[in-house]
Amino acid sequence: MKLRADFPLLANNPRLHYLDSAATSQKPQVVLDAIRDFYETSNANPHRGAYSLSVQATERYHEARVRIARFLGVRDPDCLIFTRGTTESLNLVAGSWGRANIARGDEIVITALEHHANFVPWQQLALEKHAKLRICELTEDGRLDLDHLGELLGPKTKVVAFNHVSNALGTINPVDEIVKLVSDNSDAITVCDGAQSAPHFPVSFESLGVSFYAFSGHKMLGPMGLGGLIGTREMLEQMPPYQTGGDMIEFVHDDRTTWNVLPHKFEAGTPNAADAVGLGAAVEYLDGIGMARVLDHERSMMASAQRRLAAIDGLQIYGPPPAQRSGVISFTMSDVHPHDLATILDGEGVCIRAGHHCAQPLMRRLNIAATARASFYVYNDERDIDALVAGIMKAREIFGYVPA
Amino acid sequence: MSQPERSAEIAALYQEMILDHYRRPRNKGTLERADAAVEMKNPLCGDEITLQVAFDGDGVGDVRFSGRGCAISQASASMMTQLVKGKGAEEIDSIRNRFREMMLGDPGAVTDEKLGSLRALSGVARFPARVKCALLAWNALETALAERGG
Repeated sequence: MKLRADFPLLANNPRLHYLDSAATSQKPQVVLDAIRDFYETSNANPHRGAYSLSVQATERYHEARVRIARFLGVRDPDCLIFTRGTTESLNLVAGSWGRANIARGDEIVITALEHHANFVPWQQLALEKHAKLRICELTEDGRLDLDHLGELLGPKTKVVAFNHVSNALGTINPVDEIVKLVSDNSDAITVCDGAQSAPHFPVSFESLGVSFYAFSGHKMLGPMGLGGLIGTREMLEQMPPYQTGGDMIEFVHDDRTTWNVLPHKFEAGTPNAADAVGLGAAVEYLDGIGMARVLDHERSMMASAQRRLAAIDGLQIYGPPPAQRSGVISFTMSDVHPHDLATILDGEGVCIRAGHHCAQPLMRRLNIAATARASFYVYNDERDIDALVAGIMKAREIFGYVPA
Repeated sequence: MSQPERSAEIAALYQEMILDHYRRPRNKGTLERADAAVEMKNPLCGDEITLQVAFDGDGVGDVRFSGRGCAISQASASMMTQLVKGKGAEEIDSIRNRFREMMLGDPGAVTDEKLGSLRALSGVARFPARVKCALLAWNALETALAERGG
């Protein structure tokens, strides 16, 4: 794929090798144009004015919702709630559904693979409600231990939260197996963190069979500050509001308030319509490529990166085999700390992430403080891997690596 | 910034003295008898350091550090322990303040002889994301000395 020219930041910096798309993606011109166009032609507060400009803003906001819902396999667009991103979506579920449904003695199951965004909200909910937090451990190669998950499930389990793809290791979790295991052994709801899956392969909420799916627009070519929560209508209608204020109300009496219908019940305040329009353009761009091709491209990038990095003496790659990973390669180099590696790579124009990847519980289990992580997306090509390998060699040279 | 300029800055950052302290850290280990022990973490990267101090009067009689981290944090801790051992609280304060100024890019600090070998770390100022690494040990020492001061 030759898409680099579509991304102004990359086109303007031909020597930049951006390998941190798991943190945030670059944005194509069409997305930037769509946001600008909204402000230049349709800007007014949606759902408010009787005048036609406000109606136009409302329509464009709605069209974006329909477009994004279709992209993620959601038939009923009212079941897509716009949020700031995955973190807010998961806090919404824990704060609204969780507060209303979790009681003393209940059990919440999460996994050792989680990003802090799908870990801390559940931990805090458990502390607040005197519920028990149980953590599904991993196999040696960084996959969820489904036998252990099965042991954790039971009549007290109320919610099972897990990611679709690990941001730290790239592990793709078998959602269908997990959902079946959960429904066979408990009445728990399932919450899927889709921050690292929605950008990278075809996702259909309806086929996943989970109760909730959270995602971030900025990791899938959209603007920062807009993502979503998808839930079943039944669940969303039963849940109390998450925030209160304008737009989410029906009638406000002096002593009580009734709530607006979905999705507005969960979207208090002026919505981020411009960024929704931007994300609408992003999913249209991705559809133009075809998510199957996006997946193919990343698989071939991963296979190449895996082969070339594994050939470097002293380099250790974490996580399951590349066929069971998506878009992420997490590694350490003997004697060169990930932070030093990232600084030296930066000197070569290569952007990678170094650190704990917001997954401290996972890092503790791997007994490492940090890894270096390269992640790929539609605009990367073999030259980015060339630069990554050259940068790693440079780091070895600086640190005076002597083969054992 | 051009690529060669950045490469030169990287070379200045990872100069031999830093790498030497990283490979052969001085005063790494534990004290048999410590008056204060401070554990400090860099939440950004998960690096951690434990600094043990045996006081001598209001200053540092002996000092050791343990933990794990990048070349910058390890070299900074190693050089710091060498420099502060046997010095009084006031002098250590003054060195620490000067070191912080150097990390903020103060050109006067870079030539200040009281920083001794620490001046090898002056290149860190060009890498704002790494300043915290260089300051980790110093923050631990400040906490330890505050315990002494009450």
